[in-house]
Amino acid sequence: MLTGLIHPSQGEARVAAQVPFRRSRSFLEQISLVMGQKQQLIWDLPALDSLKINAAIYGLDETEAQQRIAELAEMLDLSRQLQQPVRKLSLGERMKAELLAALLHRPTVLFLDEPTLGLDVNAQVAVRNFLRDYNQRYNATLLLTSHYMADITALCKRVLLIHQGQLIYDGRLEGLLDQFAPCRSVQLDLGQTYALEKLEQYGPVEQVEGRSVRFLVERDRLTETVSRLLADLDVVDLSVTDPPIEEVIGQVFAQGSVTGASPGSDLAIAGAIAPTIKPALSSGASK
Amino acid sequence: MLGVWTEAAQGGSLSLSPVDFARYFLAVFLTRQMTVVWVIWDFEKEVVQGTLSFRLLQPLDPGWHHFAGHAAERLARIPFVLLLIVLFFGLYPEALWMPEPWRLVLFLISLLLAFCLRFLAQYTFAMFSFWIERAVAIEQFWYLFYLFLSGMAAPLALFPPLVAQVAMWTPFPYLIYFPVAVLLGLDTPLVQGFGMMVAWTLLFAGVNRWLWWRGLRRYSGMGA
Repeated sequence: MLTGLIHPSQGEARVAAQVPFRRSRSFLEQISLVMGQKQQLIWDLPALDSLKINAAIYGLDETEAQQRIAELAEMLDLSRQLQQPVRKLSLGERMKAELLAALLHRPTVLFLDEPTLGLDVNAQVAVRNFLRDYNQRYNATLLLTSHYMADITALCKRVLLIHQGQLIYDGRLEGLLDQFAPCRSVQLDLGQTYALEKLEQYGPVEQVEGRSVRFLVERDRLTETVSRLLADLDVVDLSVTDPPIEEVIGQVFAQGSVTGASPGSDLAIAGAIAPTIKPALSSGASK
Repeated sequence: MLGVWTEAAQGGSLSLSPVDFARYFLAVFLTRQMTVVWVIWDFEKEVVQGTLSFRLLQPLDPGWHHFAGHAAERLARIPFVLLLIVLFFGLYPEALWMPEPWRLVLFLISLLLAFCLRFLAQYTFAMFSFWIERAVAIEQFWYLFYLFLSGMAAPLALFPPLVAQVAMWTPFPYLIYFPVAVLLGLDTPLVQGFGMMVAWTLLFAGVNRWLWWRGLRRYSGMGA
């Protein structure tokens, strides 16, 4: 909807001060969309041919287009593969070529829908690094929609959680944990086993497996609880971690559905696009 | 088709001679080759699979992609068409003739208009892809009328006068019969013919744009 592809049933959205669905030329020249599960490159032709078509559509002259292709290809480490038919590229190379095609006109707002879908670990890292570089080099706004929390933790400073059309959270990733995960996870390896009743004196026990115990401790009681645990129990090893981001977001969605978030508010998403520089995230539930 | 009509013409009861029929069906072949259109199949696939999204994101109307694709294909087709024409005159040397230059120019203009009309008509039917999953069915229904009323199966001059008169108010004769008649010098009003071609083209263009804007509001992106 923010890219102008889908007409809003109600409400209003603005991206870069324009109404997306009007699809004005000045708007379309400012944005781009990369979808992990769909491709724009022509399957049987070298990626370079598709890039030349894109360059013509966006009115880039040949010299300018070649310069941009060379620059982006270097950033993506993709120079050699551009001469090969797209069908012969690996999934990772294809995604890099898709990114190149989407960014040739240097959009200032880039929408990314699962850009690392199906990629191996190395390719995922390469795509993330490239997106970070692009964001910094061209001062572009990136709106990343992903189910991979690694994408979010690696890239996004600002997070938007949208559930059933309602904006649940808008802020920094750290703030999300503070707001929705007030407890931290304390993992203990003990020298001996203890009765569950005794362990529960220190706080809610999340898991017990033999001599391995995991507590959920509220942040403001963390220091005191850890001190007591170290003093009272035969502790071999202790680690304190934030709960996994997947679990936190899962809990937020569960709470959101329980509180009965009303569907159909398109306004909730629109605020995400206004800032520049910072990458932003909306969850998969926003689609 | 040429064999059937040549055989019939040899009976002497038709207004066209066997050589006229040979030239007629050669011109029909040439016109069909230059006006063949498949945009509805491509567009329907783009809408159903959601790949239209990428076209919509670019500052160029998606129709131009299809139009350019058809135009480029035409260039690739021309050498084969010329080869087949040479082969035809090798088999029917008595049918060889040279039309007047002004007829050739008018023929090329009518060919271009016929292509635009056929393209726009089919692209207009393609717009129904936003509402139904098998817009191609509309084209296939249209093709039934196209088959009989375009002059592909027989010159309209051989139709019953009333049928021919009614047909000339439809777009079908202007897709094949009219360009052929221009080239061969068959009895057909030129100004009225070109006027009808332009009128039908503009009508389809208008309906096409209206359906396009209505249809875009229904486009869901198909997972995009």
